[in-house]
Order: sequence, then structure tokens, then C-alpha cells
Amino acid sequence: MFSSKYSVIPGFWLSLGYTLSWLSLIVLLPLAALLLYASHIHFDQLITILSNRQLQSALKLSLYTSFYASLLASIFGAFLAWMLTRYSFTGKKIIDSMIDLPLALPTAIAGIALTTLYAPNGLLGSLLPFKVAYTPLGIIVAMVFVTIPFTIRTLEPIIKDIPYSVEEAAKTLGATPLQTFLYVIFPMLFPAWLTGFSLAMARSLGEYGSVVFIAANIPYKTEILPILIVSKLDQFDYTGATVISLLMLLISFGLLFFITIIQRWIKPHRLIWFMTHLSLPFFSKKKSS
Amino acid sequence: MLLYKTSAWKIFAAFLMVAPLFFQTTHAKTVTLLNVSYDPTRAFYHAYNQAFEKYWKAKTGDDVVVYESHGPSGKQARSVIDGMQGDVVTLALSGDIDALNKYKQLIDPNWQSRLPYHSCPYYSTIVFLVRKGNPKNIHDWDDLIKPGVQVMTPNPKTSGVARWNFLAAWAYALEKYGSEDRAYDFVKQIYQHAPILDTGARSSSLSFIQRGLGDVLISWENEAYMALNESKPGEYELITPSVSILAEPPVAVVDSVVDKKGTRAVAEGYLNYLYSDVGQTLAGEYYYRPSNPKIAEKFKDKFHSLKLIPIDKVFKGWKQINNKFFKDNKIFDKIMSEINR
Repeated sequence: MFSSKYSVIPGFWLSLGYTLSWLSLIVLLPLAALLLYASHIHFDQLITILSNRQLQSALKLSLYTSFYASLLASIFGAFLAWMLTRYSFTGKKIIDSMIDLPLALPTAIAGIALTTLYAPNGLLGSLLPFKVAYTPLGIIVAMVFVTIPFTIRTLEPIIKDIPYSVEEAAKTLGATPLQTFLYVIFPMLFPAWLTGFSLAMARSLGEYGSVVFIAANIPYKTEILPILIVSKLDQFDYTGATVISLLMLLISFGLLFFITIIQRWIKPHRLIWFMTHLSLPFFSKKKSS
Repeated sequence: MLLYKTSAWKIFAAFLMVAPLFFQTTHAKTVTLLNVSYDPTRAFYHAYNQAFEKYWKAKTGDDVVVYESHGPSGKQARSVIDGMQGDVVTLALSGDIDALNKYKQLIDPNWQSRLPYHSCPYYSTIVFLVRKGNPKNIHDWDDLIKPGVQVMTPNPKTSGVARWNFLAAWAYALEKYGSEDRAYDFVKQIYQHAPILDTGARSSSLSFIQRGLGDVLISWENEAYMALNESKPGEYELITPSVSILAEPPVAVVDSVVDKKGTRAVAEGYLNYLYSDVGQTLAGEYYYRPSNPKIAEKFKDKFHSLKLIPIDKVFKGWKQINNKFFKDNKIFDKIMSEINR
């Protein structure tokens, strides 16, 4: 039992109580309210809302755009994180602080800026041979913009923790650069990379502000799930909105939970075992460790 | 556990930290009023509030400060339902004010008969904005469904003006072709010409003006005039169709709020002043058509005349309209699912 007299941090109980009560007020209470509201909904009501074709196509669109967006964000994010931790160059500090800008920028502004750039008469949109704004591709672009900081910031500390000597050791043991990456670096980075990916996906699934501007919002084509929630609310249909919010909450929670389970299970040695049994052509059997 | 271990002064300190959030400072002496309005009225109410503050000070000696909140009409109504303390609501359609009573009675159900001209001090209509020289030769609703014409209109599920746009097109087709089936086909064709359904009137005009999308923007008349004013002369042209809808944005005092705050007198004075010559003239200057015929006469040359169809006559009120057209799986949803089969 800690008493404030002997604690390293004075005022432990006070700050714990204060933190917990604010946490419950700000985070848990709204979630509880959502669940409470949802508990009044009849089952057949739930079925009619969920079996709506418009909702299903919005769900499909939301899922696949956020999946591709977080995949792109976590791949580019990995490169950026590697570059920012392993190399030094002029202007590095500036780039480093620019990474967090998408988090600080109101997402609506990001959406308007991206739409202006990628619209058919925009700076980039007029140069590109294919349409970006008002297509699912535009939605993906907006999502990548908003989520890339998550993927970079989750990887950075992990990369920092890998000393150069590890790579050097691999080299002295005769590993090619590709093998060093696949067997040494990748297994160490993968759990954190997965965290970044899942954070990005959970975030982009619920992204509204930036996407409404760049998506054409045509039902069945470019209408994402959060827009459907807003359109239900605008018709004062609180029940429908609650059902969709709950659905999204469950998907995000399921996703994060699933990833946590995978991370528990994945250990570097299991990953290496798995990869050696993939028998890809470039894996030579001569692995000595 | 927490209480057991902590001494009294710590609880007191925690209380002090939280306290300012629950007690509002009470020493403000001026009366404040919150007007919850929709997007396009921003410029008008900005000017009107200054006029009213002066008038009220001269009349009663009280200082009054009017705050405004603007946003999409439906969203604004929802904010009031969810507890925003708006003394008056000045929204885009009476359906949104009726919605205030959906869960709790916030307003007298007969609010619309409390003020002259069924609580609509000004009215407006739906017109077209086209690009310089009118390259696609658009003069009336029929021209919107010509091949190659792209129409900019927001999504009626999320935007108040988009519902007016929808009804204006429907009313025109009903007037011209005489049957609901033909009207359905006509409106469906219009939405086939809409490449984007923005969520609100603002983003729709942004797409048309900033991004150069579409050939014609269906818009509030006052918004179209404002857009003309803000752009280079001749860059856009305003086209008034032969028939359009009589769009009446109503105003009302929110009874539950003013009774709680004790601001009924000011709130009613605020709305009544809209009907005065000053209020009516200001509305006209900001491109709303004044309801008072005497003042409207002054702005005769400013607005084009056209046949305006009142919604009560054709559609029998907003409740019916929403049930028939805009609720889930009703006409608008049917149209969209047929287009994207």
C-alpha cells in the first residue's frame, strides 16, 4: 500500500483520483451513453437498419479505403521513420516537426486543401492523367494524410533502439543486405509496425472532416460510413445514427483487439520461423544462427 | 479508498480545480441573446444585430449583445434539441423548427402563427448560377438535363437548401408535365447530372466557384447574389427559371430557453424588429425578398419576377415532405439506388 508520505511522486492518490474521474467523464461516459441508448433499440429494428443496401456499400467502401490507406501510410511511414532516425541531413528538424502537422491541423482544413490540390482544375489534379478528387482514390489520399503521423511515431522509438552493431553483426556472419533486413530488422520492427497500421486503420475508418470534402458523397459510390451517420442525424434519426456508430465502434475495437492478440503471439523467432518456411526464391538455405 | 486516504484539504483542492467548470460567472450586466441560424444568413444577421442593439438601447436603455451561431440548418436544430441555449432560431425550413419538439417540448407547437406572414419576415427562392457567357445555354429547369450539363447541388439528406432544390425541380416538373411519375423521372434525371453531392450549401458553392466543377449551381437566390458580388463582374451569371419554389425561412422564439433565461421580452423584440421598416429594408439589401409588400416595392428592380410555388399548396407541409421524399428508403433514396444500380 502506498501512502503519500513514502511515495516517490507526492500526491499519488489525489492525482490518481483526479485523473480517473476526468477519464471516466471524458472517455467512458460518452461510450456508456452510446451503449445505453443502443440498448433501447429492438432487434428487428437493428436488422432493418443493418440490412440496408446503402449502408452495406458505405461499409464496404469505408473498410477497403481505410485498409489501403493505412497500408500505404504504414509503408511510407516506415521509410520516413527509418530515414529520420538513421540519417542526418540539413532540414531534418523541420521535416521532423512537419510530421505532426496533420494531427494539429483541423481535418476539415486538410480536406479542403487536398481537394483544392487534387480537384480537376487544381495544381496536382490538372497534371495527373487520372481523377483523384471525388473518387475512392481521393478518400484514400485524405486518409493517408491524416494517419501517417501515427505510423511514423510508433516506429521511431523502436528503430532508435536497434543499435548499428546488430546490423554489423549480421554482416560479419555473412548476411546479405536483404537477409539482414528480413531476418534481423524486420522481425524487430513488425510488432510496432502492426500497431501503427491498426491505429491508422481505426483512425481512418472514423475519419470524417477531411473525407467529406474530397469524396463526391454519391450514395453507393463514394459515400463513407461516417457521412451516413451525419445524414441520419440530420434527419433527426438518432436510432439509426446510434446503430451505425456502434457498428463502427465494434469494428474498430475488434480490429485493435485482433492486432493486440497477434502481437502477443508474434515473437521474433516465430516470425523468422514462419518466413523461412515461406520458401521464397531469395531465401537461401544457408542461414547460420 | 480515495476518501479514506486523503486528508480534507486535498479533497478541497481537487474541488477547487473542478469548481470553475460548474459555476458560471454571474456578474455580466448586459443581456445576451443567442440567435441560432443557418449558413447563408451570416452577413444579413451581422448587419441586423448591430441595428437591433442600437434600437434596443434607445428603446429600453438596456445593453444587449446578440451572438450568432451558423451552420447547416438541420445540424443547428439538433444543437438546440441537444441543449444549446438558443433564444431564437432562424432556420432554413419550418420542418427544422418543428423538429425541436421531437423529444421534449421546447417550443409552442403553434409557433408559426405567432408572428406575421406565418413567421417568415423574408422569403427567397431557388435560382441558377452559371459561368460567364452561359456557355451551356441554361435558362430553365429543362436545360439542366441536356446531355453534357453537370449540375451542382448538395445532398438533400444532409442539407436544407438541397431539399428546397429538390422540391423546386419537382414543383416545376409537376407544373409542366402534370403527373407525379413524370416529376419523379425529371428529378431523377437531374440527379443523374450531379457528379458530386456535397454535404452542405457552402461546400457546394465552394466546389462550383473555387474548384470550377459543374456548369450550373442550384442555389438560394440570396447566396447567388452574394456570390456575384464577391466575384469579378461578369464571371458568373444569375439565371432565374420560369418557375421555382417559394422558400420561406421561418423565425421563432424558443420558449423553453427564454423562460429559463428570462429573456423573452428581448427575444420577442428581436424578432418583431425584423418586421419593422429597418429590418425589412436590411433583408432586402442582403438579397432576401422582404415579406412586407410596401418595402418589397422598393426592391422591385433588384429581383426578377417568376412564378413562385408555395410548398403548402403542393406538398402539404414539411412533415409530409420529409415522410414522402427524404426519409430513409423514400423517394430520394429510391432515385439514388436506381441511378446506381
